[in-house]
Amino acid sequence: MATLRLINPEQEFLRYRRRMEIAGGVAALMFVGLFARFAWLQVAQFDHYHALAENNRIALVPAPPARGVVYDRGNTVLAQNYAAYTLEITPDKVADLDQTLDRLAEIVRIEASDRRRFRKLLAERKDFESIPIRNQLGEEEAARFAVNRYRFPGVEVKARLFRQYPFGDSFAHVVGYIGRISQIDQDKLREAGRLANYRGTDHIGKLGLEARYEAWLHGRTGIEKVETDSGGRAVRVLSRTPPVAGYNLYLHLDARLQQVAEQVFGDYRGALVALDPRNGGVLALVSRPGFDPNLFVDGIDTATWRELNDSIDRPLVNRALRGVYPPGSTIKPFVGLAGLELGLRRPGDSIVDPGYFSLPGSTHRYRDWKKDGHGVVDLKRSIAVSCDTYYYGLARDMGIERMSGFLSRFGFGDKTGIDLDGELAGLMPTPDWKRRRFKQPWYPGETVIAGIGQGYMLSTPLQLAVATMGLANHGTIYRPQLLRAWREPVSGRIAYAAPQVLGQLELDPAHLRVIREAMVEVTSPGGTAARAGANAPYAFAGKTGTAQVVGIKQGARYDESRIHARHRDHALFVAFAPADAPRIVIAVMVENGGSGSGTAAPMARKVADYWLLGKLPDAGVPVDSHDPEEGGADMEVTDVEAADDVGSGEEHP
Amino acid sequence: MILKFLKQLFAHLDGPMVGLLILLLSLSAAVVYSASGENTGRVVSHLGNMGIALTAMLMISHVPPQRLMQFAPPVYLLGVLLLLAVALFGIVVNGSRRWLELGITRIQPSELMRLAAPMMLAWYFHYKQETLRGRDFAIAAVLLAIPVGFIAKQPDLGTSIMITASGFYVLYLGGLSWKIIIGTGVLAASALPVAWHYLLHDYQRQRVLTLIDPSSDPLGAGYHIIQSTIAVGSGGVTGKGWMAGTQTHLDFLPERSTDFIFAVFSEEFGLIGNLFLLLLYAAIIWRGLRLAAGTTSLFGRLLSGAIVLNFFTYAFVNMGMVSGILPVVGVPLPLVSYGGTSMLSVLLGLGMVMGMASHKKLVKT
Repeated sequence: MATLRLINPEQEFLRYRRRMEIAGGVAALMFVGLFARFAWLQVAQFDHYHALAENNRIALVPAPPARGVVYDRGNTVLAQNYAAYTLEITPDKVADLDQTLDRLAEIVRIEASDRRRFRKLLAERKDFESIPIRNQLGEEEAARFAVNRYRFPGVEVKARLFRQYPFGDSFAHVVGYIGRISQIDQDKLREAGRLANYRGTDHIGKLGLEARYEAWLHGRTGIEKVETDSGGRAVRVLSRTPPVAGYNLYLHLDARLQQVAEQVFGDYRGALVALDPRNGGVLALVSRPGFDPNLFVDGIDTATWRELNDSIDRPLVNRALRGVYPPGSTIKPFVGLAGLELGLRRPGDSIVDPGYFSLPGSTHRYRDWKKDGHGVVDLKRSIAVSCDTYYYGLARDMGIERMSGFLSRFGFGDKTGIDLDGELAGLMPTPDWKRRRFKQPWYPGETVIAGIGQGYMLSTPLQLAVATMGLANHGTIYRPQLLRAWREPVSGRIAYAAPQVLGQLELDPAHLRVIREAMVEVTSPGGTAARAGANAPYAFAGKTGTAQVVGIKQGARYDESRIHARHRDHALFVAFAPADAPRIVIAVMVENGGSGSGTAAPMARKVADYWLLGKLPDAGVPVDSHDPEEGGADMEVTDVEAADDVGSGEEHP
Repeated sequence: MILKFLKQLFAHLDGPMVGLLILLLSLSAAVVYSASGENTGRVVSHLGNMGIALTAMLMISHVPPQRLMQFAPPVYLLGVLLLLAVALFGIVVNGSRRWLELGITRIQPSELMRLAAPMMLAWYFHYKQETLRGRDFAIAAVLLAIPVGFIAKQPDLGTSIMITASGFYVLYLGGLSWKIIIGTGVLAASALPVAWHYLLHDYQRQRVLTLIDPSSDPLGAGYHIIQSTIAVGSGGVTGKGWMAGTQTHLDFLPERSTDFIFAVFSEEFGLIGNLFLLLLYAAIIWRGLRLAAGTTSLFGRLLSGAIVLNFFTYAFVNMGMVSGILPVVGVPLPLVSYGGTSMLSVLLGLGMVMGMASHKKLVKT
């Protein structure tokens, strides 16, 4: 390297100056470069960064609306909201869930069931959704957690509105319940274009009215535009669109009547439907056993759910609209009316009942439930004593096509259109149907037993009630409706649901009068439900029915004491009262109840007594007083074909 | 009488330079007030730091260059000894061994080196000016490498780079041959991959990677860059207005009173403000270089030149870092960031520059 000798200070100074100028020039260039960078960010990219800064700053926070309250007709609350704290975890923000849960458990009470439910929700959750680990945190627990909050990133206390069903299992099958929004719910909402309205909402109606009127009950979600800091804390509210609460629903249902009906059911399984024949309003809709809908609101744990779902009592099934049973003898008034309307019988036409009926050229005996027969029987008496032989012959004369056509007009085989989801249509058989279903022709014997409501025919308790409304109401059938009115929250206006006519049957009033009188005779001395109708201060029209669960062999006798409890006959009763100006129509179906007269009819009487007289039933479960008048023998007629659909065909010694 | 005293008191300060500094410091007070969220206490303490640093500037302007020269070797030696002590007994804060515990207070000896290293090198060149050879540059380089090595080992990449730069300016202004400058540059560039793998710490590598793609780690190392770039960009041409920066006041900007204060300024005053700030810095640098060029002694010229160019480097690196074109190294924005040490060392340096320029008539070459 060359040695530098700087003898000349002048020269050294000039070099210094030059180097300084170069350095100054480079510095100036670098500042120009910086300026170019600033200009790029602040001018060219301004929109982009402006948007990012606004995104940082502004958060849109949904303000979920209060769900509508459900009332019965007397403003008794059936479903309501209350505010409480929940402790929620956002799993994405938590590194070690188990450890977090254990540490949380030191501060707030966390039961094993809470953990089970948490696990279940964890498996179903959506991204970045927070999952409740504890509901209904008390003030003290919430405060205790707040103090320790810094130790639990991803865990927070939220104030939320909870749904509560004050009557527990009484209205589970009517009001239903809400539950956490599932992936399927979410997809449905997206399809319907309603998903945006569910931002901030965790729950959705799953069953019953909660599901049916979801769109009304939910309300409209509000939006708060808030300025947030880097920690996500809201600093101030910039603008606010308040949420609009859901509609409050007012039902035709009467909570007291419902409870009376439940009480008279005791431990029996079955269903009871009470309708107001003047408008189709559902006064009571009971399906027993029930279940507590409150269990479902925040995610039922697997063990409890399995217990409910696997129970042989099937508490989750709404028997009133999803239970299909042979209507049995409750069909007789309708078949009798068909005979009159079709001109096959006149009211005074009588038969002599030998206790059985045979088709020409056949030795098979279709037996009456009364072994020795009822003697001379006209139409009224055939209903009052529930004479089978009368209807065997009438059915044969009518033929299945005409019978089916006539009964269909009362709604059999069709959904009633009640404002609940999941209703079944039952079955009103025709030869066409049988050919399609079984690839077999219709046999004459099948027509004979159809006359007493056996064989293929199936109906729900709700259908029986609706059809009975047709008899009670001079042929006018209203669609059964739970919803009576709703309150629109903004205007506060209450709107009433108009009754909808389901069918206006053109029936001869004289024929109807005969049937109604006959049905009053059912509950009068000599009728099958005389005991249930005793001392009624109003005219109580009804018809008993008994449907066989297990086929009884030809020639054998039904002996209840020797039959397993779950193979006993189903007991049915349809009624309306007061007969001349009906205010209530009732259909009762008691699974394995034994007989319509002994079990179902007294229940209907007590319900009618309460509704018409305000009389509360005696405490305690009704006694299954087996009525010898009718016995359980309605079903001794069973043919092989009939037994297929009705029961297992199992033989008893 | 008093007037005369005052005149004497400020005799060694440069009027235009002081004017520019006061303007910048006033701006700083306003920005710190906004950045601290209207924290008056923070501003009072900031003004206190300014007062101390300005007093120190005034005092050192009275020290003649010869005296400064005499101080250079002992101060440098003291600095190296303290750095050795740090390496042996220093306490670790945030993974770096930078501080020395002195019982009543902690000191960071690397700060001392910011001025001591260029002083030592300038002293060496002045001392050797009659017989300057190529190997003297090598010796000077070693004198620089010793403290830089200690500081890099702490590790404190930012400070060691800044001290290397200040030493390099002395060598450069002292006449280091262009061949060596370019040769070293090429060599350094080709050694970068080696340094990347063997010399840099993980977190340092991470900073560089983050610069290239901040979104690779949006909640970690990239967060600073992303948020500061948003702040700068969203300022637009005119800015959001003083005290109205959303990134600043809603807590999105980290370190907003200190290293990232430029983001606050930029967000609130926009491109126009940035231009003003750049021009203000350019004016200070231009005035500083003028003063340095007018300094009579070689020591004074080299030291002044290095101090002014170093001032530029701080400003450039900080603004480059905040606007996302340089990696995040802990370099404050000179005379604007909150922080007493940086304020003191910058104003002390500029005090020397002004003092040495004003003492020229008294010095014989």
